[in-house]
Amino acid sequence: MYRRLCLAAVAGALAIAANAAQAQGNDTASEIEKYRQALADGNPAELWEARGEAMWKEARGPKKASLEKCDLGMGPGVVKGAYAHLPRYFADTGRVMDLETRIFHCMGTLQGISEAESHKVLFGGPGHRADIEALTAYVTSESKGTVINVSLTDPHMKQMYAIGEKIFFYRGGPHDFACATCHGEDNKRIRLQDLPDLTKKAGAQKAYSTWPAYRVSQGELRTMQWRLNDCFRQQRFPDLVYGSPASIALTTYLAYNANGAVYDGPALKR
Amino acid sequence: MPDPMKIRANQLGDSTEVKVLMSHEMETGQRKDAQGKVIPAWFIQHVDVTCAGKTVLTAQWGTAISKNPFLSFKFKGGNKGDKVVITWVDNRGEKRTDEATVA
Repeated sequence: MYRRLCLAAVAGALAIAANAAQAQGNDTASEIEKYRQALADGNPAELWEARGEAMWKEARGPKKASLEKCDLGMGPGVVKGAYAHLPRYFADTGRVMDLETRIFHCMGTLQGISEAESHKVLFGGPGHRADIEALTAYVTSESKGTVINVSLTDPHMKQMYAIGEKIFFYRGGPHDFACATCHGEDNKRIRLQDLPDLTKKAGAQKAYSTWPAYRVSQGELRTMQWRLNDCFRQQRFPDLVYGSPASIALTTYLAYNANGAVYDGPALKR
Repeated sequence: MPDPMKIRANQLGDSTEVKVLMSHEMETGQRKDAQGKVIPAWFIQHVDVTCAGKTVLTAQWGTAISKNPFLSFKFKGGNKGDKVVITWVDNRGEKRTDEATVA
């Protein structure tokens, strides 16, 4: 009995590898889609969500406080649906913040964790886990099914959007690339990965509503800050500083373009 | 202490469907780190599932299983309200047990 089950589990793991090799043709995307569906009930992102939730509610840091009173823009303690309205302008800090920077802000003010401490591990890997990735997974999971609605009525937001748009189309680096070089036209791809056209509503919605995501090839949950950071690396741009105004401006541009989409993260990526 | 598993157990007609996500590195022992040293193998070796005290699945796993594995299976003879207990043991002897109630 158990031998059959054991074989079935192994066959499942092998099937993924076989699919990737066999699908060199144009059905790669559909094969990846099938794989995503097979894992729809078992997205490992849930492991990060669970860890993040526990961490959110646990008293930590020098002030021995939890993050439960963190104001994500909808009032202290409101997590449900909060991510769908981020980034936004926060009067208490006088700046536009995205989710990651806001969580770090709360860790500083509520828990007394210094920036040096909270920024120690930004991207997790084997043997070093990033708390921010788990916390982000938890907060975003509480917005699943909420319609993305980022408002530009505040002048700070309008300005951030304009800067974000400028960066998106700004060509530079050794390849003379802009974000728009790869994400400004339909049917572009990097290797076998189809790239969304982020200048169009449908492309922006599909992309933005599925980050953060569990990245199977890395075995880690990645946030929007990581996504932008890696896009900059792929363009051979200088490093995008985590939580910098430039990164938040780009996030604002992408989020506003995705308005109206139903948020569906944390999702699963190849 | 390893992270908890995420377990879902549902009664579908006369069979019980269990879906479980485990948090584990599942190192194959084939990879090398930045210094060129082999990263030692570290993987779940044994999985044991009981329902209402009765064993319904045992599995021996190896390094071909992915990181953060997802296991889904069905069995007969379970009832709503039964307790499903899952235990894994890895090759370092680390152990994790979690349970869920069949819904």
